[in-house]
Parts: sequence; structure tokens; C-alpha cells
Amino acid sequence: MGEIKIDRVIDARGSHCPGPLMELIKAIKQAGVGEVIAVYSSDSGSKTDIPLWVKKAGHELIGVYEREGYTEFVVRKKR
Amino acid sequence: MSEKLSIIVFSGTVDKLYPVAILASGAAALGMDVEIFLTFWGLNAFRKDMVKGNMRISKDFEEMAPTVMQVFKEKNVPHWFDMLKQAKEMGNVKVYACAMTYDLFGMKKEDLVDIIDGVVGVGEFLEKAKESQITLFI
Repeated sequence: MGEIKIDRVIDARGSHCPGPLMELIKAIKQAGVGEVIAVYSSDSGSKTDIPLWVKKAGHELIGVYEREGYTEFVVRKKR
Repeated sequence: MSEKLSIIVFSGTVDKLYPVAILASGAAALGMDVEIFLTFWGLNAFRKDMVKGNMRISKDFEEMAPTVMQVFKEKNVPHWFDMLKQAKEMGNVKVYACAMTYDLFGMKKEDLVDIIDGVVGVGEFLEKAKESQITLFI
């Protein structure tokens, strides 16, 4: 995924809907503009919930990566 | 004006209290206001002596209760009440007790869990709920 530096990793594996989304929202609130956050989630709901929220909240979804048993979402705080 | 979700909670079984807690958490996370009106069995489930020991699930799926409880435990699903409390900490979530149920069953403030924001009549709740984009009866 190129040279994107991840500032913070949230491991929300094992947490259920809407846990990973809530953890991401919390982390985004604490982060500075421009920071990149990676969220690991094993919850199926995250696959739609996280991209939808990121778009609605005006942040940038850098990528969604299928890993072994979980999905990694990489998000940049834009505002 | 912010977006709002209103939920009338009539049921007191765990399988219906979970969706209440999950919907409230999701809405709070998304920055929506949430108004919850607890009536009848819904309010009964928020009594201090009921809230944690309640193992009931809907009559239709009664025989599934032990399996459901087992799965929740194995998968570390937090208790619905803790999820709702967390939603309250996260966003603007208000929980009201239905005045009629409260009066009929002779409830006192100290009988109920401490997350109740007040006792309101149906008129007041409808006034609050009518600005909602989403209203649910569970």
C-alpha cells in the first residue's frame, strides 16, 4: 500500500457491531487532522458501516484490506 | 437541527433489549440524538432488581434462550445494559420512563437504574419524538 505512515492502530477484533465503528470514531476525535488511523475488525457490519461513516463524516478512506480473519481499514482524518 | 432516533421500548426480553442498545450505540456514534421511552415490560427490565439477572427471551424462541446466552458469553458480547450506558456516555442519549407504567406499578425512582433521565407522559414523549427521522417500537 505504498508509503502511507500509520499513526495509530486500533485493534477492535472480537468486538461486535457497532463496536469497531465506535472505536474508530473515538480515535478520530482524539487524533489531529492529517493523522492516519488503521482499524482491525472481525465484525462483518464494519465492512459497510465504516466506509459509510468515513464518507459521511468527510474523512478519507485510504484503503480496505482483507487480512487473515479480519479486515483492516485505513482512514485519514481530514477535518 | 440534529438528526434523531426515537425508540419506544415495550418489550422486556433480552433478545429485544439488545437491538435497542445496539441501535442507540450506533446512532450515538453517528452523532444522532436518541430518545428512548420505556413502557410496560420495557420499563420493568430497567428495575435495579431485574436489569442484570434477566435471562428471558421472546416466547417464540424460548427454547433457544440457553443457546443465545451461551453464544453471547463465548463471543464476549457486552451486556445490553452496559452497551446502553456506554452509548449515553458517548452521545446525546436520553432514557425516559413511561409515567403510566411507573404509577400503575407503584415504582419509585430508587427502584430504577440510574440512567433514567426522567418520568414522562406519552404526550411529552410524542412532542420530543415527532422531530425524529426514525421512530421504532420494539
